[in-house]
Amino acid sequence: MTLLRELWRALRGMLETLGAVVLFLVRMLAATPAALMRIGLVVQQVYNAGALSLVIIMLCGLFVGMVLGLQGFDLLQRFGSEESLGTAAALGLLKELGPVVTALLFSGRAGTALASEIGLMRATDQLSAMQMMAVDPVRRVCVPRFLGGVIAMPLLAAIFSGIGIFGAQLVGVRLMGVDAGQFWSQMRASVEIDDVMEGVIKSCVFGVACSLIAVYEGFNSQPTAEGVGRATTRTVVISAVVTLILDYMLTAVML
Amino acid sequence: MAPNAHAAPEANGVAGSDDIVAVRDLHYATSGREIFKGLDIRIRRGLVTAIMGPSGTGKTTLLKLITRQVEPDRGSIIVDGRDLGRLNRTQLYALRQRMGMLFQNGALLTDFDVFENVAFPLREHTDLPESLIRHIVLTKLHAVGLRGAATLMPAELSGGMARRVALARAIVMDPKILIYDEPFAGLDPISMGVIVRLVRQMNDALGITSIVVSHDVHEISILADQTYLLSEGTVVAAGSPQELRTSPAEVVRQFMDGLADGPVPFHYPAPDYQAQLLAREGS
Repeated sequence: MTLLRELWRALRGMLETLGAVVLFLVRMLAATPAALMRIGLVVQQVYNAGALSLVIIMLCGLFVGMVLGLQGFDLLQRFGSEESLGTAAALGLLKELGPVVTALLFSGRAGTALASEIGLMRATDQLSAMQMMAVDPVRRVCVPRFLGGVIAMPLLAAIFSGIGIFGAQLVGVRLMGVDAGQFWSQMRASVEIDDVMEGVIKSCVFGVACSLIAVYEGFNSQPTAEGVGRATTRTVVISAVVTLILDYMLTAVML
Repeated sequence: MAPNAHAAPEANGVAGSDDIVAVRDLHYATSGREIFKGLDIRIRRGLVTAIMGPSGTGKTTLLKLITRQVEPDRGSIIVDGRDLGRLNRTQLYALRQRMGMLFQNGALLTDFDVFENVAFPLREHTDLPESLIRHIVLTKLHAVGLRGAATLMPAELSGGMARRVALARAIVMDPKILIYDEPFAGLDPISMGVIVRLVRQMNDALGITSIVVSHDVHEISILADQTYLLSEGTVVAAGSPQELRTSPAEVVRQFMDGLADGPVPFHYPAPDYQAQLLAREGS
């Protein structure tokens, strides 16, 4: 009975949090038209979330692609079809690794930055000061950061996949001796626009989820050093778990 | 003056036309602790009113209630003729545009320099041309003596300077009410003197009403026209600083003279000392 009661309490807590997150999203969406009137704030946040994450995204994309090239070559060689390496790398990156790894890296770099920045603003009374100046902090602080993340994520995922394909080509063609013409022509022949769109849809959904989690955790953090630290940790952990769950659900729907 | 003796006519729950803030029968509890038990306060237009009391009596909470950053459990708060409990978000924000608040730590926006911090409310609420914004901001910064610090970032300011910038920001929209939360806390004597002078100057020159939360007896006796002393969730004394200084009431004497023990006990409520020492560990 005690176990059941604990489970029920945990489930109820999760549902309450989910409800609060949805309400927060609705509040942000209601404030979005007003926030879009000041597009400069959104552009600034696209720069913060996107441009400042470029180095880590490109570096990781390159090495993920290179590993994919090595592993793919090893696997395909066993079936005598190493010329399909381009197709395998492209599909793997565009449909799966690009959006997912980008989301994980995004939550680790930009998500934590968002959560800690907003959390610190709460801890130092900056959000209260805005409210006292009759400025809605959700509209002024949260919405531009949320939109910045939502816009930046698909762009980062596209860059990740592009660099990753380049990395796979680098290893497969330059190192392992796969024919360059076969590598690119098979990729062009096999990769459909639907495959690309699957990656775009996934990265958009992950962008909404990861940005929402980061902004929500920061905005609702306890106004203490410990509270900000906890919000930052929760952002990474929850974003990673939600990304992987959503990935499975989206893959199941779009396959 | 007996506790509440002076407070009685002030706190009879009937707000006069001279009152810009009227708090009636306010009840508020948080974390299972009752902070206010039927608080009545009236703040008169155009005066500097000090809210004093020992630490933990809820002075800052009272400011949060007056600005509706938190909601009371019971009672009403009338600010400039508007019942706070009946206002929707738009009406509340419209009212807040007529109020300025100085937070204990300044609460400056750390991404912006001093100029942009002061310009922030103007940029958010008006469509004034840049030249006019510059003119207004420099005027306000000049009033607090920090025109030369316009390009500094908040991290480069001392505590006193940060509060002066926050004061310039609080008056940039020409508010009717200025609220100060512990404006003297942690300041050196010179900065404290500057803030005292500025609060008085702003109040008189701009014709606004000032509400100052503080426990600095000396500064408040120089500055305030009207003082409320809070303890145990209610007003225990009210009047001019001079009246409070001559009050025979024990709780007032303890606070004004800085006595360690008295009606406000030195010890936080605890079980019997001897029994606790002799008790087995964990019991």
